Amino acid sequence: MSEPVTLTPPSEHPPISDHVTRFDPQVAHRRVTPRLRPWRWIVSAAVLVVLTQFIVGVFTNSHYEWNKFWAYFTRESILDGVVVTLQVVALSAVVGLVLGVLVALGRLSTNPLINGLSWAYVWFFRALPLPLLLIITFNFSYFYPRLGVGIPWGPVFAEVQTSALTPLAIGVIALSLNEAAYAAEVIRGGILSVEGGQIEAANALGLTKARQLRRIVLPQALRSIVPAYGNQLVGLIKASSLVYYVSLLDLFGAVYVLESRHPESIVPILIVGATWYLVLTAVLSVVQFYVERFYARGNARALPPTPIQRLRNFTTSSYVRLTRRGF
Amino acid sequence: MTATLNAAAALEIRNVHKSFGTREVLNGVDLTVNPGDVVAIIGPSGSGKSTLLRTVNHLEKPDLGYVAVHGDLIGVEVRGTHLHELSQRAVRHQRTRIGFVAQSFNLFPNLTARDNVAEPLIAHKRLDKSAAFERAVELLAKVGLGDRGDAYPRQLSGGQQQRVAIARALALEPTLLLFDEPTSALDPELVGEVLSVIRQLAATGTTLIIVTHEIGFAREVADTVVFIDEGLVVEQGPPAQVLTAPHHSRTREFLSKVL
Repeated sequence: MSEPVTLTPPSEHPPISDHVTRFDPQVAHRRVTPRLRPWRWIVSAAVLVVLTQFIVGVFTNSHYEWNKFWAYFTRESILDGVVVTLQVVALSAVVGLVLGVLVALGRLSTNPLINGLSWAYVWFFRALPLPLLLIITFNFSYFYPRLGVGIPWGPVFAEVQTSALTPLAIGVIALSLNEAAYAAEVIRGGILSVEGGQIEAANALGLTKARQLRRIVLPQALRSIVPAYGNQLVGLIKASSLVYYVSLLDLFGAVYVLESRHPESIVPILIVGATWYLVLTAVLSVVQFYVERFYARGNARALPPTPIQRLRNFTTSSYVRLTRRGF
Repeated sequence: MTATLNAAAALEIRNVHKSFGTREVLNGVDLTVNPGDVVAIIGPSGSGKSTLLRTVNHLEKPDLGYVAVHGDLIGVEVRGTHLHELSQRAVRHQRTRIGFVAQSFNLFPNLTARDNVAEPLIAHKRLDKSAAFERAVELLAKVGLGDRGDAYPRQLSGGQQQRVAIARALALEPTLLLFDEPTSALDPELVGEVLSVIRQLAATGTTLIIVTHEIGFAREVADTVVFIDEGLVVEQGPPAQVLTAPHHSRTREFLSKVL
């Protein structure tokens, strides 16, 4: 037998408060004034000082050579590079996503062969470093000079010479194969996060597997897939700079060529390259934010605030804090 | 000797066995339900009531035995001397005739109440989209939620969600409705609104099979109460007999705990 649980008798509790203060009974009808949080203001001021110093430095430091920025930012070779980067990223994102969905479904399949193959795909393409994969794809024609469709051990209906692949095609193939392996895991995780009762309800209504996936499972899975896949796409934008290995002049390639030709302007050229990548990533993040809001429908009683709404909330709440104290 | 299916019965369950791993949940259940009957299945937790209910629309496949609804075997067909699994397509079609309401509602959270109810109508091409939405709102009105069609499930109370789930189960006009502990996940003050919807359905003559812990409700609406324990039907009969003067000691023991 274990010891019985005993509670301290109320008489032994220390008194909560033994003094009574007199106050205006109307306080019960007034909203509680929020704390002033002085440290928040002090820390913010300190950060602002450092930040201002840095920004002023960026504009006054002559090594930045801002007068050259716009010319390089809009230089034709750089803009061509941006277009190539966008092409590579867009194509690899789409092909990688489609392939990733297939591999994810394969990983969730009950067929052991399909399941094992999908697992092997993820293992293989996650294991290879991207530069190596790009170079292997580049030299693919040494492994398999021709690829064709036909009857096994029988006649061939159509075939392509693999040496005829363009650098863009090689870059997109390699990045897509790599992207699909990661996307598959992101998508599989999203699908697993959907509660089992959902599929049971869909089965009980006699919905086909395809319709269950399209109407019920994927829309719910996307809630967790979108943030993770957004992360993947940012990675893809940066990984696309590796297509330089297959002699494709993307943004990074264009920056690299330009700075080796104009060593006197290395700082402005590097800033131009960094700015372009920041712009591409910023556009993607904005799109991601609104896609996430879209898939949050029905999941939260109130949708997450947009940055503008958040700023408005902050200013009104600060205003209340200050005016209540007579500032 | 040949067996025949009783086409006059709304539901016929014969010798249904089901195990999960080494744990036997159903040990040869036999049950016949007449059209228009309201059957309440009661029993201790873990007795196999929910599993039995789920074999009726083939969410669980019996290891042995069969289930027939209005004279049609569910999920299987007889070929020669054995039962053979039906195609998924055939099972999907059979499920359209059987409504199922789960304990945890399982509404689709990404769809509004109206879209939840319209989904099976659109999926099975019973109606085009606009007609399906119209019908969905009619069905929601039947469960007292005609004005909540645009709400997402999470904006509704538990009782309202369960009523939407009932409207969704009614959309395909099933001949048989299954309820798996429809009020167990609800706050006590919300139980009444769901029970009153089920009561109305019982009055319309739909065949209902309700797994429930609400003994008082079973007594009120059921034509037959079935007591299940350890995967077997221990006894069945009118509520007045099973709930008031049970023949079996196990039934008496169970009722003494829950009443």
